[in-house]
Amino acid sequence: MTTLPTSTEKKLGLVIDLDTCVGCHACVISCKGWNTENYGAPLSDQDPYGANPTGTFLNRVHSYEIQPKDAPAQLIHFPKSCLHCEDAPCVTVCPTGASYKRVEDGIVLVNESDCIGCGLCAWACPYGAREMDAEEKVMKKCTLCVDRIYNENLPEEDREPACVRTCPSNARHFGDFADPDSNVSVLSRERGGMDLMPEMGTKPVNKYLPPRPKDRDRSEDVDILAPFLEPVATETTGFLGWLDKALESMPGGKN
Amino acid sequence: MPKDQPDLDLSPKVSDEIRKTTCYMCACRCGINVHMKEGKVAYIEGNKDHPVNQGVLCAKGSAGIMQVNAPSRLKAPMKRVGPRGSGEFEEISWEEALTIATDWLAPVREKHPEKLAFFTGRDQSQSFTSLWAQGFGTPNYAAHGGFCSVNMAAAGIYTMGGAFWEFGQPDWDHTKMFVLFGVAEDHDSNPIKMGIGKIKGRGARVVGVNPIRTGYNAVADDWFGITPGTDGLMIMALIHELFKAGKLDLDYLARFTNASCIVNEDPKSDENGLLMRDDDGQPLVIDKNTGDLAPWNGIGVEPDLATTYRKAGVTHRPVFHLMADRFLDPQYAPDKVAEATGISADRIKQLAADMAHVAFEEAIELDRPWTDFRGKKHDKMIGRPVSMHSMRGISAHSNGFQTCRALHTLQIILGAVETPGGMRFKPPYPKPATAHPKPHGKVTPGAALNGPHLGFAHGPDDLLLHDDGSAIRIDKAFTWENPLSSHGMMHMVISNAHAGDPYKIDTLFMYMANMSWNSSMNSTGVMEMLTDKDEETGEYVIPRIIYSDAYSSEMVAFADLILPDTTYLERHDCISLLDRPICEADAVADAIRWPVVEPDRDVRGFQSVLCELGARLNLPGFVNEDGSQKYEDYADYITNHIRRPGVGPLAGWRMGEDGLQDGRGDPNEGQLDSYIANGGFWHSEVPTEASYYKPFNMAYQDWAVKMGFFDSVQPYIFTPYVEPLRRMQLAAEGHGRVQPPDHLRQQIKDTMDPLPIWYAPLSDNLIDTNEYPVHALTQRPMAMYHSWGTQNAWLRQIHGLNPLYVPTKIWDENKFKDGDWAKVTSPSGVITVPVAHMAALNENTIWTWNAIGKRKGAWALEEDAPEATEGFLLNHLIHELLPEQADGMRWSNSDPITGQAAWFDLRVKIEKTTAPAESQPATPAQKSPVGKGPKSQAWKVGK
Repeated sequence: MTTLPTSTEKKLGLVIDLDTCVGCHACVISCKGWNTENYGAPLSDQDPYGANPTGTFLNRVHSYEIQPKDAPAQLIHFPKSCLHCEDAPCVTVCPTGASYKRVEDGIVLVNESDCIGCGLCAWACPYGAREMDAEEKVMKKCTLCVDRIYNENLPEEDREPACVRTCPSNARHFGDFADPDSNVSVLSRERGGMDLMPEMGTKPVNKYLPPRPKDRDRSEDVDILAPFLEPVATETTGFLGWLDKALESMPGGKN
Repeated sequence: MPKDQPDLDLSPKVSDEIRKTTCYMCACRCGINVHMKEGKVAYIEGNKDHPVNQGVLCAKGSAGIMQVNAPSRLKAPMKRVGPRGSGEFEEISWEEALTIATDWLAPVREKHPEKLAFFTGRDQSQSFTSLWAQGFGTPNYAAHGGFCSVNMAAAGIYTMGGAFWEFGQPDWDHTKMFVLFGVAEDHDSNPIKMGIGKIKGRGARVVGVNPIRTGYNAVADDWFGITPGTDGLMIMALIHELFKAGKLDLDYLARFTNASCIVNEDPKSDENGLLMRDDDGQPLVIDKNTGDLAPWNGIGVEPDLATTYRKAGVTHRPVFHLMADRFLDPQYAPDKVAEATGISADRIKQLAADMAHVAFEEAIELDRPWTDFRGKKHDKMIGRPVSMHSMRGISAHSNGFQTCRALHTLQIILGAVETPGGMRFKPPYPKPATAHPKPHGKVTPGAALNGPHLGFAHGPDDLLLHDDGSAIRIDKAFTWENPLSSHGMMHMVISNAHAGDPYKIDTLFMYMANMSWNSSMNSTGVMEMLTDKDEETGEYVIPRIIYSDAYSSEMVAFADLILPDTTYLERHDCISLLDRPICEADAVADAIRWPVVEPDRDVRGFQSVLCELGARLNLPGFVNEDGSQKYEDYADYITNHIRRPGVGPLAGWRMGEDGLQDGRGDPNEGQLDSYIANGGFWHSEVPTEASYYKPFNMAYQDWAVKMGFFDSVQPYIFTPYVEPLRRMQLAAEGHGRVQPPDHLRQQIKDTMDPLPIWYAPLSDNLIDTNEYPVHALTQRPMAMYHSWGTQNAWLRQIHGLNPLYVPTKIWDENKFKDGDWAKVTSPSGVITVPVAHMAALNENTIWTWNAIGKRKGAWALEEDAPEATEGFLLNHLIHELLPEQADGMRWSNSDPITGQAAWFDLRVKIEKTTAPAESQPATPAQKSPVGKGPKSQAWKVGK
């Protein structure tokens, strides 16, 4: 049993915008690349060219279809990684203290040298955000790129998680939720940022911005729009009569 | 820090060195930072300074490391030792390989250069490979545009001097409404994603018109799940509504398009339907100042859209009047097109009204004075902030050219091209069809071709026909079957060569084109053609095949001689303004690749191999006067080749009289070093006063000449009325020397209309659409790109399977359940494949991901890989020829104007079936010449 800090100085995390995520998986692979080469054991792949390729990923994109009653079906792309919960059950369940939440910034990490690969934390996580590396037999999870965000060997503008840096549609934002004026706090406030499965009581730090309403019923707009399609004439000849008048009224017309 | 918390190193060393080059995982060509550790590739990220991607990078780009270490990489030159298709090879030396190639090709060049067919697939060096082919003297050269998106490219060039992607982009900073037509996730992908993120961030509206709601359409605020092949009909209805309501930018149409040009309407004239011209050949308008005819480009001329010109009892009208006749035709009314398109008349009207509202009520004015080519000064730049984008989805139909033309016409009538908030061209575009070369095909044994192969035909005289009317080119490009086939027709090469129609060839030489598999229609048939033997001689019908690829693709197995290419991080390349550049609307740009790692195999960059092979064959342009090799390798060519005075492959850091300069200049031996020091690219901003109205804007024209895009200023106007099409029609009506064969006259009259039209996909008239009611499409996943790389170890964990996605209606009708399989039948083939349900789909459309299905033994995959057992290709259902016509003829399954492969015209029927052991047809395995991949990997190059 490992204890959580009573509070953290910062609450670093992500805002993920489901309105703009196009499901391109750029974040998935950028994460895989950085975290294979950096923090702890590489993210290995089993049977990478065979019948059942399975590898360790710290971030995956799931896609869900929604079928509204009176509108076309929608496809929602849903990237998911560790949410760095304030009440992280994966930490408290850890028998060795390998899982911990950092006091400074709230990032949940695994100290791989203390990890015995028991997998309890993965069972405890309601989000399925932890993956056991089959090669190294240690638990892997999103580090929020703790080895990037403070890294003095990187230019300041690059001190953000790899997934945020690479996201082409700007659907991922990184910042401090403890600061009410931070970019992530403002975005979350303005766009109705949501907790994932709040009923689990985990108090996730990461927030999801819901998609804007789509395929709005426009039948009531017909009157508003009608003036824009008011016919100028019904026959070509009438149209050309209109044309004469329209051209005359334009700058440079025949007055 | 609490005592339990470990002491972390928060500033680990990231890499020893960053090498900046250009991605090659698709055709986006983003800038990448390759982080090196101990000489090995450790991590790849986007280059923040790069104009294309500004730091972001897609899944493919970030997975490049798995491309560079892929087990499927070819290791050395090989010659075939087993039968074709078996994959049995023997490794040979480069000297032996080049000797074999020279011994095969030299006699061909000496006697019949046309018997070499050289096609280069997904080549990014076409200005170089075409020069090689030109030097060889064969007319048979093209890249893959004919089976990709030539309709989009050619329709754009003919209509307005550029299309989307490499040619133009939405004005992301100003647009208020972005409309995306068709499958388009595969081209310009990162810039489009960035643009969508940007405009959604400020609340602008995104509209998707696509049978399939994935990717960009998944985030669209409004989705129109249109019936495939009917986009043109819906666009015509939008134009109809805008004409009917007079929501047109008349000033723009009069000044900047040929809507104001006068059409010869004398029915007795052999120039009927062409524009009336002055003695200098300039099209005429009526000048409002004088009421008389005047050249379109006369100083001070104010073109009139309304006034007609009467001469000798005949009234000749401006093009605009013909446009009104066409677009006001009730057949294009929304309620007339609703059933065919699957989109209700109300929704079409709403979309038209939204466009009208945004264009004219939410117009933009930028305080940027500019001067047009008639000398008229404008104090503002007025914008119509409706932008559009499209690629393959509307292009890959037999009505694609006219559909793309309709789309551009829609943009033009709104005044939304090259204006703020609309679509903006990327230098060196805009460039009208008349500024491009014409096609060339004059063959002289032992000598070079008479000019560049591909170009833009402007009339029957430009076709590549022998005096007897037979095709000069093996793919029959630029013939009456498809006169404006500007990108060639790579998809017809193998079947024509096999049939000996129009003639037999000796050697098929291909680069980066998986023509035995996912890049061909009728893949099974193509494999048979490649292996077919002449019964009398016992020789292969296509006698020799040389192929260059970096990976063990399906096509490798069918070649006789393999010239192994490098991966993209091991090579020199130039992304040149002479070719398909990477410019953005605000900047001209080009870029290089350079060997950030050296190959660890006996492989060579294909372009460097061509430099040596060209010298061995004594090709003009590839040898010095003393007969020695002119370019040591591709890097030498990139640096020293001169295309026109002062213009070479790269425009940055050229040598001028006073030192280094942009655009024009002499070769600079340090040029590649300058590119490397600058992050692998060069770019130069478009001057602010030249940023919009580029074709008409003298500030842009002057800058374009200075940069070397043109040698003299050449302003032009957009051409919603395309005269080259009318010239073809005139011939079909019996005018002129070069006449089409009688069986094609009606098709030419019907399809080559100088104004946009819509007609049903051609195959719909030749098959029973009741028997084959379902449309079938493919698209590429955003995280994969065909198979010009390998089957990437990381990406195949995301997209290792390609079920056939079935809409709810068809799912329920067939009582499908998860895990079921279906038999899918087209008029030309049958496949049996796994199905999956998808609701966000046009109710009559099924689809799958393209090129996930692999042949067993290819790509160093295990033979039981899901790509080979459950994966499949839709290609088996698509024939390269249309069904037999009434007269017994079979025409190419292509657009009758450009020859674009009509992949997306496919119609099928689908029925539930018992699951076979694996997807059908199951092609027997090819032997892997590179072995198999490892059983596990943990790729960490640092300590």
